[in-house]
Amino acid sequence: MRYTQFTNPQVQQMLDVIGVDSIDDLFSTIPPALRFTKPLDIPEGISELELLRDVGSLAEKNTSCDKLTCFLGAGAYDHFIPTVVDGLASQTEFLTAYTPYQAEASQGILQLFFEFQSMVCLLTGMEAANASLYEGASAAAEAMYMAAGITRRNRIVIAESAHPDIRQVIQTYARERGVEIATVPAPNGTVDETALAKVIDKQTAAVLIQSPNLYGCLERLDRIIPVIHEAGALAIVSTDPLAAGILKPVGNFGADIVVGEGQALGIPMQYGGPYLGLLAGRKKYLRKMPGRVVGMTKDADGRRGFCLSLQTREQHIKRERATSNVCTNQGLLAIRASIYMASMGRNGIQQVAGQCFDKAHYAAQQITQLKNYELRFDAPFFKEFTVRTTHNVQDVIQSCRDNDILAGVPLARLDERFTDSILIAVTEKRTREEIDQLVAALGAV
Amino acid sequence: MPNTPKLQQQDFPILFELGSPGLCAVSLPKSDVPQTNLSDSVPGDLIAAEPPSLPEIGELDVVRHYKKLSRRCFSVDGNFYPLGSCTMKYNPRINERVAAMPALANLHPYQDERDVQGLLEMMHRLKQYLAQIAGLADVSLQPAAGAHGEMTGLMMINAYHRSNGEERKIVLTPDSAHGTNPASCTICGREAASVRSKADGRVDLDDLRSKVDDNTAALMITNPNTVGVFDEQIAEIADILHARGAQLYLDGANMNAILGKTRPGDFGVDVMHYNTHKTFSTPHGGGGPGAGPVAVAKHLTPFLPIPRVILKDDGTFGWESNEPQSIGKIRSFFGQTGVLVRAYAYIRALGHDGLRDVAECAVLSANYLAARLKELYDLPFPSPYAHEFILVPRAANHGATELDIAKRLIDHEIHPPTMSWPVAHCLMIEPTETESLDTLDHFVAAMTEIADELENDPDVVRSAPHTMPVRRLDEVEASRKPIVRWPAD
Ligand SMILES: Cc1ncc(COP(=O)(O)O)c(C=O)c1O
Repeated sequence: MRYTQFTNPQVQQMLDVIGVDSIDDLFSTIPPALRFTKPLDIPEGISELELLRDVGSLAEKNTSCDKLTCFLGAGAYDHFIPTVVDGLASQTEFLTAYTPYQAEASQGILQLFFEFQSMVCLLTGMEAANASLYEGASAAAEAMYMAAGITRRNRIVIAESAHPDIRQVIQTYARERGVEIATVPAPNGTVDETALAKVIDKQTAAVLIQSPNLYGCLERLDRIIPVIHEAGALAIVSTDPLAAGILKPVGNFGADIVVGEGQALGIPMQYGGPYLGLLAGRKKYLRKMPGRVVGMTKDADGRRGFCLSLQTREQHIKRERATSNVCTNQGLLAIRASIYMASMGRNGIQQVAGQCFDKAHYAAQQITQLKNYELRFDAPFFKEFTVRTTHNVQDVIQSCRDNDILAGVPLARLDERFTDSILIAVTEKRTREEIDQLVAALGAV
Repeated sequence: MPNTPKLQQQDFPILFELGSPGLCAVSLPKSDVPQTNLSDSVPGDLIAAEPPSLPEIGELDVVRHYKKLSRRCFSVDGNFYPLGSCTMKYNPRINERVAAMPALANLHPYQDERDVQGLLEMMHRLKQYLAQIAGLADVSLQPAAGAHGEMTGLMMINAYHRSNGEERKIVLTPDSAHGTNPASCTICGREAASVRSKADGRVDLDDLRSKVDDNTAALMITNPNTVGVFDEQIAEIADILHARGAQLYLDGANMNAILGKTRPGDFGVDVMHYNTHKTFSTPHGGGGPGAGPVAVAKHLTPFLPIPRVILKDDGTFGWESNEPQSIGKIRSFFGQTGVLVRAYAYIRALGHDGLRDVAECAVLSANYLAARLKELYDLPFPSPYAHEFILVPRAANHGATELDIAKRLIDHEIHPPTMSWPVAHCLMIEPTETESLDTLDHFVAAMTEIADELENDPDVVRSAPHTMPVRRLDEVEASRKPIVRWPAD
């Protein structure tokens, strides 16, 4: 393929205007010793049809969730994506635009991000949200830096019940800045509330809690956050925005910073990315926030308009003193999530969350009636729960896979303490029949 | 709604001003399982009294809203977009089709490796292509964007120095470096220090020599650099650093200019990132998603982030995370897979011959525009240019600035070039390789007309744009009293 469009006579015409003899003359600043004169060791170009065949033959080696019934979760979920989301987000005016630095020529995308921020505030219960970060785990790491910046302290406490990706990514980021990390234990599926106060010290900037957590359990944010504040630290909560369809937004419990993975809001699973990092906070922390923020303003004629706001926090102005190094974020995913939230609306989001809840509880109830299965934890859950089995976990997973069912994530993959458990997610997309098939397959192991 | 600024007649409606209570654009199947009473299973304090007050709008009006918003944006598909440093080239349609194939898009990240062999094979091939283009030993596909790649690369450099028992604190960046470079230094606990550039845009080697010492972790350089010239001293720069044990980091934002013509690994680079959303045409999406794969020389491979895609002894592909010297995980799951699929498709379709053609046409286009515009505007740096060049309005331009020229270009349906960076008062123009000669000539005509207006009617330039739904916006007030959500508080 070639996506260039100069004819040979045009090339000659352009070289004449420039006043050189050949294209190679334009590369004269590369010293001869450094020029690469062989062909790169990459296959020769192919046509569009051949590309479709090439990618098609690779794709054929995959078995996707189109052919399997998916009960996998742990941060990525098989939710239904309304057709309008794909149709509208793929408009190439959105797809092929850059970051909206030129406000007059980018009002559409700027307004869209403003609306996105507004809806994220509704689902998180916060006063200000940014226009996205890379994904959930690095958003948590950015929140850690933000909290360290606000409090001028350098110690972070992370709940043991948070997803290991969050914990590991924070660890990677923290090492370089000399931020110390401590853990608050979660021996029974949720944070040990009595241990919490003891791990927070005068140097602790923040405590990060995930709810619903790795095991699917809801943390008692109503009790935990006051303890964190009492001890003088900020509360960072990582959450599933969809849960706000039926549960109180986590900001209502006094969280200072809310982060999350926005994949559930109309984003395809796509093997783990690109996803959508959410970050929202109290308005008083707006100037400490990482990433882009769109603001509403007026034009020279007093008309309502939108522009990137508070750019003096950002790398292109503040350089080494910026709140974050993030530049390109996840614009198109924020666009998808916006269209999803707008399409679902108040009632749709309640229905989706409600059906996730009902179906997960139906599945849990059916599974625990089987002889060799029980709920691993007592805590309440939303759309995902942990089951303990007396069978070998790998046998269970394989046996269900033989029936075209992805039964769940072996929990030991994410938390090695739980070798006897499976994490099962049930979205609104699963039917009673599919759930019953899962139950039958589990029973037949 | 309290304190909401009054809706003016001409104001374009915002989502929250549309719809009516009870409307919804989506219909879901009725639930086919028994309802579980929420308050039986969840403590009352955690339950919402009512659902969040998202807008309530019917399907057609949702569609119209986003359709109208899409008409209020410039894009590569609609406009010439010579935004310097951002490589706004054509994003091939086929790559969207490929990435949306259900057997690639509908994969869960925790599916067993046996279910995703085709995808892993593709990622493994992509990794090899990127190593080959860089002339370096290995590649991580994990970083989410260029800045994330910078952070990853610097962390690896830190880990490398640490493995030698050193904690080197200073990272040098040329004064023309992109803002993410020094910002990434801070994220990685390093101190950014600036190296002077000479009048011709190249690194001042004397200044560099005086600043490199045993506390220097690395130099982060962009080459071709941000003023659009290839710094031919690059091998010498590498030698100066390596002699003191420091590393050379390449910001690969400008790789479009050298694809297949020269390789970073061959000019002394130890670690670099790509921006797939620039060089390999994955769409910018209004500011992402991108991907920032990082390529490294042999001595840095132990420090690559996890997980790493590998070809196993049994001939299958998989992820390896058991790497004791790795810097660790830098994001969740396995990278921006959907973006990487597009990058694979692009490289595979172009091949070694097509990639070289990209660089040649990109450089030809930039030099052509520069040659056509040099009589009307100042070009402070010497040609030949790489894939972009810097242009400065003449002092005699009656007080009109680069901003005014940029805004006036909008009236010609051309997206403004990058402004005021890396030198004051400049426009940075990157036409890319995919534009036709007709489009380039249209740009020249527009710039010629603007130069003429600057002589004869500067006010029309100073008050531009005149054709957009809004005029210039009050960005100062937007930052002084930020309103960042609806309803305004
Ligand atoms: C020279 C240069 N370096 C780094 C970056 C940052 O890359 P990203 O936006 O992908 O994080 C950019 C992006 O605009 C750039 O132009």
